[in-house]
Amino acid sequence: MSIIELSLYQQAILLLAGLIALTSFLMLGQSRLVRLVKVFAAQGMLLAATTALAATVLEYPHLYVSAALNLLLKGIVIPLLLQRLIHRLELHRVMDTVDHPARVMMGGAALVVFSYYVSLPVVENSHLVTLNAIAVSLAVVLLGMLLMITRRQAVAHVVGFMSIENGLFFAAVVSTYGMPMVVELGVAFDVLVAAVVFGVFFFQIRASIDSLNVDRLSKLSEVEP
Amino acid sequence: MDLLLVVPVVGMLFLARRGDRAEAGVINVRFNAFALAASLWLAVDVLLHGPALSSGRMFYVDSFNVYLVVLTAFVGWTTSIFSGSYMEHERQIGRVTPRRLRLYYAMYQGFMLAMYLVLTTNNMGVLWVAMEGATLATVLLVSLYRTPESVEAAWKYFILCGVGIAQALFGTVLLYFAAEQKLGVGGGALLWTVLHDNAQALDPAILSLAFVFLLVGYGTKIGLVPLHQWLPDAHSEGPTPMSAILSGLLLNDALYAVVRCKMLVDDSLGTHLAGHLMMGFGLPSFLVAALFLHRQTDIKRLFSYSSIEHMGLMTFAFGIGSPWATFAALFHMTTHSLTKSAIFVTVGHAAQLAGTQRMEKIRGLILTQPAIGWGLLIGTVAIAGFPPFGVFASEFLVLVATMQDYPWLTPLLLLGIGLAFAGLFRHIQPMVYGEVPEGQRAIQANLTPVMVHLALVLWLGLSIPSFLGNWFNQATHLISGVWPQ
Amino acid sequence: MVWALAILQTLLFIAAAPLLASWLKRIKCRLQNRRAPSLFQPYRDLRKLYRKRPIVPYPASWIFRAAPYIVFASTVLAAAIVPLAAVDLPTARIADVIVLVGFFALGRTFQVLAGMDIGTAFGGMGSSREMTVSSLAEPAMLMAVFTLAMSAHTTNLSQAMNYVHDTGLVLRPSFVFALGGLLLVAIAETGRIPVDNPATHLELTMIHEAMILEYSGRWLALIEWASQIKLMLYGVLIANIFFPWGIAQDFSWPALICGVAAIALKLALLAVVLGLSEALFAKMRIFRVQEYLGFAYLLGVLGLLSHIILEAARVHH
Repeated sequence: MSIIELSLYQQAILLLAGLIALTSFLMLGQSRLVRLVKVFAAQGMLLAATTALAATVLEYPHLYVSAALNLLLKGIVIPLLLQRLIHRLELHRVMDTVDHPARVMMGGAALVVFSYYVSLPVVENSHLVTLNAIAVSLAVVLLGMLLMITRRQAVAHVVGFMSIENGLFFAAVVSTYGMPMVVELGVAFDVLVAAVVFGVFFFQIRASIDSLNVDRLSKLSEVEP
Repeated sequence: MDLLLVVPVVGMLFLARRGDRAEAGVINVRFNAFALAASLWLAVDVLLHGPALSSGRMFYVDSFNVYLVVLTAFVGWTTSIFSGSYMEHERQIGRVTPRRLRLYYAMYQGFMLAMYLVLTTNNMGVLWVAMEGATLATVLLVSLYRTPESVEAAWKYFILCGVGIAQALFGTVLLYFAAEQKLGVGGGALLWTVLHDNAQALDPAILSLAFVFLLVGYGTKIGLVPLHQWLPDAHSEGPTPMSAILSGLLLNDALYAVVRCKMLVDDSLGTHLAGHLMMGFGLPSFLVAALFLHRQTDIKRLFSYSSIEHMGLMTFAFGIGSPWATFAALFHMTTHSLTKSAIFVTVGHAAQLAGTQRMEKIRGLILTQPAIGWGLLIGTVAIAGFPPFGVFASEFLVLVATMQDYPWLTPLLLLGIGLAFAGLFRHIQPMVYGEVPEGQRAIQANLTPVMVHLALVLWLGLSIPSFLGNWFNQATHLISGVWPQ
Repeated sequence: MVWALAILQTLLFIAAAPLLASWLKRIKCRLQNRRAPSLFQPYRDLRKLYRKRPIVPYPASWIFRAAPYIVFASTVLAAAIVPLAAVDLPTARIADVIVLVGFFALGRTFQVLAGMDIGTAFGGMGSSREMTVSSLAEPAMLMAVFTLAMSAHTTNLSQAMNYVHDTGLVLRPSFVFALGGLLLVAIAETGRIPVDNPATHLELTMIHEAMILEYSGRWLALIEWASQIKLMLYGVLIANIFFPWGIAQDFSWPALICGVAAIALKLALLAVVLGLSEALFAKMRIFRVQEYLGFAYLLGVLGLLSHIILEAARVHH
C-alpha cells in the first residue's frame, strides 16, 4: 500500500514522523545549548501531537493519556527544567560546537539508511501502515546517540539521552499503538526520576571540575597518565 | 509474594526518614532479614506446589527465578550486615553526612526492591522499568563521596547504562509488536508466560532482531565487553557494600533478563542464533577481562574486572545451551555471587584498614589483622577456581560442557582461567604477605558474612545439597528444555 | 496552435517578471514602513537603461560583450520549458528539469566569465563567490528535484505537475522536505537575503552585484531582466509543482484564463512569504552560506530517505 491510498490522518502521522526525524537532525547541528533545548521541546510536542493523532484515528483512548504524559514531560517539564538549569549554571552563552558538522550530518543520514535496513524485516510482515515510521523511530534513537558522542557539554548529553527516550516512545506508538499502561507509566516515572538525577549531577559535576565539559572527566581511564 | 515487595518499599520509606540514626544499619539488616524470610517462604511454596502465577498475571515465579530471589535476598541480607559497620566507620571519619546516609539506606532498599521486581515480574516491560530503576537507585550512591573520581564514575555509569538499556526497551517494543500481531490487543502480549506459550507462533525475523537489541541492552548491565566501561568505575568509586551488591546481584539479574529473552527466542526461531550471539559476547568478555586484570592498580577495580570475567563465562555457558552448560551456568551464578560479595566485603575492610584502595599501598594484611588477610586470600583462592571451592566445580562443569559441544573452544577457556589466576595472584600475594607499613592498626570489622559465604561456597564445592541440585535441575529443564542426566 | 500558445506563454513569462520583482519590492517597503514606487517602475528602469549606450571597459574581450545576450537567452529558454499557466505544451514536453538546470548553469558560466573578464578585483571576487554558492546549491536542488521525480516517476516538469494535480491532496513528508530544500536553494540562487542582498552595493558582501558592476546601458538592462525572470522561474517552479491546482490541463480559453489567474495569485502569495522572510532575517556572513546550503542539501537527502522509508509501497508476504 502506498501513501496515496491512506487516509489524510495516516498521511499526517507519516508527515509528523518525517518532521520528528528533522528535529533530530536540527539538534545534531545546533551548537547553542538554549536552542538545543528548544528544538528538543519541539520534538516532544511533535511526538505528543503524533500520539494524539493516532489516538483519534484509532479511537484508542489510552493513547490520549500517553500523549498528554509525553507533552507534559518531554514537551514542557524537562525542557523547562533544563532551561532553568542552563541559566542557573550560566551556560546560556556556552557554544558546544561540533568539530566536523558536515561529517556528522552525513553520518546521521547514514544512520537513517541503516535503521531503514534494520527495520525492513519488521515492516515487511505487517499490514500496519504507520509501521513505516518505525525506521524513523530507530533513527531518532541512533541520532540521539550520535548527538551524545559528538558533544562535550553535559546538558547536550542529557538532551541526547532524552531524545533517545523520545525515539523509543515513538517506536511504541507507531508499532503497537503504545505499550500497556503499567509499562508506560513506569517508563514515564523512570524518565522523570532520571531528569531529576541529571539535575543533581550537573551540580556535582560542576562542583568537582568547575565546568560541565564532560571531556574533562578523564580521571578514570585504563591508560595510565 | 506481595510481602517480598512490600518489605523493601516500607524499608525505603522508613529509612529515607530515619537513615541518619545510629541504629539505621541494624534496621536495614532487619528489613533485609524480613525479605529473606519472605523469599524462603516463597521458595518453599514453589518447591512444593510448582510455578506460581499471581492473580492479574503480574508476577510469575518458577524454579529459575525463585532460586535467584533467594540468592538475592541472602546476599542482600549478609551485605547489609557488613554495610552497617562499614557505614558507621565512614560516618566516624566524616566521609558521609547524615543526609547522604539517609539517601544511602533508602536507596539500598530501593535497589533491593528493583531487584525483586526484576526477578518476579511477569511483564517484560515492567522488567525493563525495574532494571532502569535499579540504575537510578544506585547511581547517586556511586557518587556518594562526591570526589571528582566518584562523580565521573557515576556519570559514566548513568549515561552508558541509560543509553545501553534504551536498546533493551527497543527490543521489548519489538517483542510486544511481534506478539501483538499474533495475540491481538489486550492479549497480555508483554507477559512472559503468554509469550512463552505462544513463542512458536511469533515471527522469527522480528524476534531475532528484538533479541539483538535486548542482548545489547541488558548486556550493558551485565558488563559484556565492549559495553563494560562503566562497570569497573562504578564498582570502584562507590561505597564498598554497593560494589558487593552490584557485583553479586545486579549483574546476575541482568543476565537473568537475557536468559528469559533467550528462552522466548529459542522457541520461536528453532535455531541456535541467540545462543551463538551470547557465546560471541561472553567469550571475548571472559578473555579481555582476564587480560585487564593484570594492569590494575586499584583493588576494587581488580575485582570488578574479575566480575566481568565471570559474567562473560556465565553468558558463554548459557549460550552453549546444552543442559550441562545451563546447569553449570546456574551453579556458577550462585558460587560467583556468594564469593564475589564476600570478597568485596573483605576488600572494603582492607581498604579501610590501609586507608586507600591503591594496591601498592596495601601491605601485610595477614600480620595486622589475620581475619581480613585470610579472608582475602581464601576469597581469591575461591574466585580463581581452586578446588575444593564451588567456583572450581562450576567452572569445571562449564569446561566439560564446552568440551562436549565445542571442543575447539576449550583451550581458550583454559587460557582465560590461567590468565585470570595469574592476574589475581600477582596482586593479592604482596597485599596479604608483604611488610606491614608503619602505623597500620587493626580496625573493628565484622567478618561473619564473609565466613558464612565462603563456607557455603566450600560446601557447594564439596557436594551440592539435594534440594539445591533438584532446584538447578528444574531450572535447567525450564531453560534448556531437557533434564540434565 | 499549441506552438503559438507555448510562445505566448513564454512571452507572458518574460513580460510579467519585472512586475513580480516590483510587487516583492512593494511588500518589503510596506513591511519597512516605506513608500513603495509604482508597480511599473522596473519597466521604466529597463526602458531607460535600454536607451543608453553601453560603455565597454578597455580590457574587455568578446566574452564581456556576448555574456548579456547569452545570459538573457538561456534564461528565456529556461522560462520556455517551465509550465506557467498550462501543462502539456510542446516546449515543456521536449525538455525536463535537468535541461532546466543546464540552462541555469550555462547562463551562470558566462556571467561568471564576464565578471572575471575585466580583471577588476570586484568582478573576480563576485565570480568566485557565485561559483562557491552555486556549486553547493546545485546538488541541493538536484536532490530536491530527484525526490519529486521519485514520487512522480518522471523528471519532466509538465508530467510531474500533472501527477501531483491528479493525485489530489496527499501529505507527503518527502514533498515537505523537498519544498523546504527548494525554497532555500531558490533564495540562494536568486541572490536574496540572507545569502545575498540585491539592494546593496556594499563591497564586502556583494555576490551578484559584484559581477555585473562594469555593465551599463542595454547590457545591464538585459542582465537585470534576466535575473528578474530567474526569480520568477523559481517562484513558478515551486508554486506549480507543490501546488499545481488551477493550472490549465487543456487548451480551452476559460481554462487558460483560469490558469493565468491561479499562477498570478500563487506568485503574489509566494512573494508575500519571501518578503516577510527577508524582513525578518538578517544577511548572514558569507562563510555561513555553506552551512545554509548544507542544510538545504540535508533537507533534500531527508526528502529522498523519507520517500523510501515512509511512502514506498510495501510488498506483503
